[in-house]
Amino acid sequence: MLLELRGVKKSFGATNALIGVDFSLEAGQIHAVCGENGAGKSTLMKVIDGILQPDVGQIFIEGKQVQIKDPGHAARLGISLVHQEISLCGSASVAENIFMYEINQSKRLLMDYQELQVRAKKIINTLDKEIDTSINVENLTLSNQQLVEIAKALALDCKILILDEPTTSLTEVESKSLFKVLRSLAKGGIGVVYISHRMAEIFDNCSHITVLRDGASVFNGLVKDTTPDEIISKMVGRELGKYYPEKSKKIGTRPLFEVVNVSDASRVNSVSFQILPGEILGIAGLVGAGRSEIAKAICGLTPKTSGAVKINGEAVDASSYPAALAEGIAYLSEDRKLEGVFLDLSIQSNISSMALSTVQTTVMTVDADKEKVQAEELGKRLKLKASSVTANTSSLSGGNQQKVAIAKLLATRPKIIFMDEPTRGVDVGAKAEIHQVLRQLCHEGVGIAVISSELPEIIGLCDRTIVIRNGTVAGQLSAHETTEESILRMASGMAKE
Amino acid sequence: MKLKTNNLREAGLIVIIAALCLVMSFASEFFLTWENMRAMLLSFAIEGIVVVGMTVLLIVGGIDLAVGSVVCLSMVIVGALFLHGFDPWTASVIAVVASAGIGLCMGLCVTKIGLSHFIASLAFMVIARGLSLAITQGTPQSLFSLPAEFKLIGQGTIYGLPVVIIIFGLIVVVSDYILRNSVLFRKVFYTGSNERAAMYAGIDVNSVKLWVTVLCGTMSGIAGVVYTARFGAATPTFGVGMELNVIAAAVIGGASLKGGSGTIYGAVLGLALLSVVTSSLILLDVSVYFQDVIKGGILLVAVSLDHWINSRKQSN
Repeated sequence: MLLELRGVKKSFGATNALIGVDFSLEAGQIHAVCGENGAGKSTLMKVIDGILQPDVGQIFIEGKQVQIKDPGHAARLGISLVHQEISLCGSASVAENIFMYEINQSKRLLMDYQELQVRAKKIINTLDKEIDTSINVENLTLSNQQLVEIAKALALDCKILILDEPTTSLTEVESKSLFKVLRSLAKGGIGVVYISHRMAEIFDNCSHITVLRDGASVFNGLVKDTTPDEIISKMVGRELGKYYPEKSKKIGTRPLFEVVNVSDASRVNSVSFQILPGEILGIAGLVGAGRSEIAKAICGLTPKTSGAVKINGEAVDASSYPAALAEGIAYLSEDRKLEGVFLDLSIQSNISSMALSTVQTTVMTVDADKEKVQAEELGKRLKLKASSVTANTSSLSGGNQQKVAIAKLLATRPKIIFMDEPTRGVDVGAKAEIHQVLRQLCHEGVGIAVISSELPEIIGLCDRTIVIRNGTVAGQLSAHETTEESILRMASGMAKE
Repeated sequence: MKLKTNNLREAGLIVIIAALCLVMSFASEFFLTWENMRAMLLSFAIEGIVVVGMTVLLIVGGIDLAVGSVVCLSMVIVGALFLHGFDPWTASVIAVVASAGIGLCMGLCVTKIGLSHFIASLAFMVIARGLSLAITQGTPQSLFSLPAEFKLIGQGTIYGLPVVIIIFGLIVVVSDYILRNSVLFRKVFYTGSNERAAMYAGIDVNSVKLWVTVLCGTMSGIAGVVYTARFGAATPTFGVGMELNVIAAAVIGGASLKGGSGTIYGAVLGLALLSVVTSSLILLDVSVYFQDVIKGGILLVAVSLDHWINSRKQSN
């Protein structure tokens, strides 16, 4: 047994990320680990790489129990991890990034850039790719950065190679080359752990599969003995239909909200779409396709170079975010900690922060009582679980923090809300509650657009979906056309047959 | 290829400095004389030693507001020990070690306690200044009796070239080379560019931050010794505001306060630009009070230009 985990548990404050995971990997396997976002995949991988220490549980490598102290230690044990988020040094060259671990270990005094570049090129070439290894990583495209991230792991002489959703920003061809390399590595006796929720990829390339749900391992077996449907039902743990609120029965025809040919200076290229009354619009696409950038441009968070935004057929000023907010267009950021909530402030001051005029006294001071009443009302509506609305937001779990971020938007009484990853890192219960609220808002006549990387969320929640590719709308799918496959086809630019 | 943007910036700075010198040569025939050039070089050479340490610290993502105070403390230590009968060489070694010690304390505050470089160095800026005032009782020390061999460091020449400039030149050339080519210093870039990525690659980022902070203190200490030899005196109020000049120079030369970028030559050229502007303003009889306004303006224009070029590059 190359790698074995027994009963691994890990919690962060009140959030239980892992509640008991068993996992085993043999040499020569390509072992898929799948699960919904928030199921604990990335946490598990960080435990294996020594970035996080498990609270409880044992890790064995080749039969010996180990305590992995840090990523350097993991590398010495032969473990190499390709992170989901690209973590490269932008102002260092491609070659240096690929060999950073080795440079750190080296006893040499001076750098040999030439030699590094030549060797880096060889590794990149095994991925059927040409990248100038002397340029700085910050000048590469996102998908090339991802390849560098993979090359970095291949450069280590590892026994266990872990890839955390490595294909999210790769093209189809690049993914194929990657799998070719992975298969030859596995043949050479390396154990590969492959994290993904793309069923097609897993069933085409992996030999074993482990499913995580809510922080526990719930299934483990050979890929050839199972089916995608079985895996998905294991991942979700319940019927999809019951998990999401019922879809809209009555959708209007006169658009509530229209976006006409919106472009910005960088990523967003002539985007047009509509939100109809009574529908939740899904905005899907691969990581890096420009979904958030589009929402930010529409809401005036980044400057538009052209295009118009209309509410009920009338053009409105959304040139800046304050102007857009005044018109009733609100944006929920995908990055809760950095852009969503003020962690050090109380729940009630968070909720009133965007709509101070609603809790103002006549002499322009904040009326703490009004603030409290408003926070309690919205908190109740969102089923916020907190000791009191005067508590610090940082004391809440991820899901409840997200509810505060949403309440903050609702306090402005928006007509249109762009929700960027509204349930990222949120536990399953809170997720369902947030979905219920979105559906209810939609019934009340608020226009809702949901950006999500989680395809089941798009499929389960939205009444219609537009797919973004290269900063523009690649196409749209009605509720019954929306499947993981149809979205991915459109998102990766394969014609819809 | 890899240093393209940096080379461009350095070339740009050289062009601006040359153009400024050319314009000034019309305004004052004294400007382009060897005497004046030497005076200008001398005026920034010692500060240049501090700039080297600061640039490396900025690259790792740190900052040191205490450099001016530490330079002064180093001078005062040399002076006080000399007046108490130490020979100036031993006194200098002790002064440099003490300056490195201040850097070490600052670095430990950052890596062990978790303070930011800004706050830690702000505290040590005040502490080092206070120590200087305490040691001297607030009065300048006159060190006329320093031996001639020691004064040579600050006042002598070799083949007509001031020793100060030779020391400065050596430090710049050597530090630029090792910063670009040594394995050890590359880790400074990695840590400053993306601390998490560096950590994932097994680099001990805290120890990198620690020794770079010590290095910056050491450079300030060395500069203090050279100043002492040059002036033959130690003033407990010397170096007030030096940190701003030094940081401005490094930033004009391409260092980023976010870490990950910066070059020694760029920083030295930044300092040279500020120095040429100062001496031009003096020759043009501009009021001393206005000189700072203009220098601040240059910093603002340089940094804005850089920001503008970068954001354009990114959107393309």
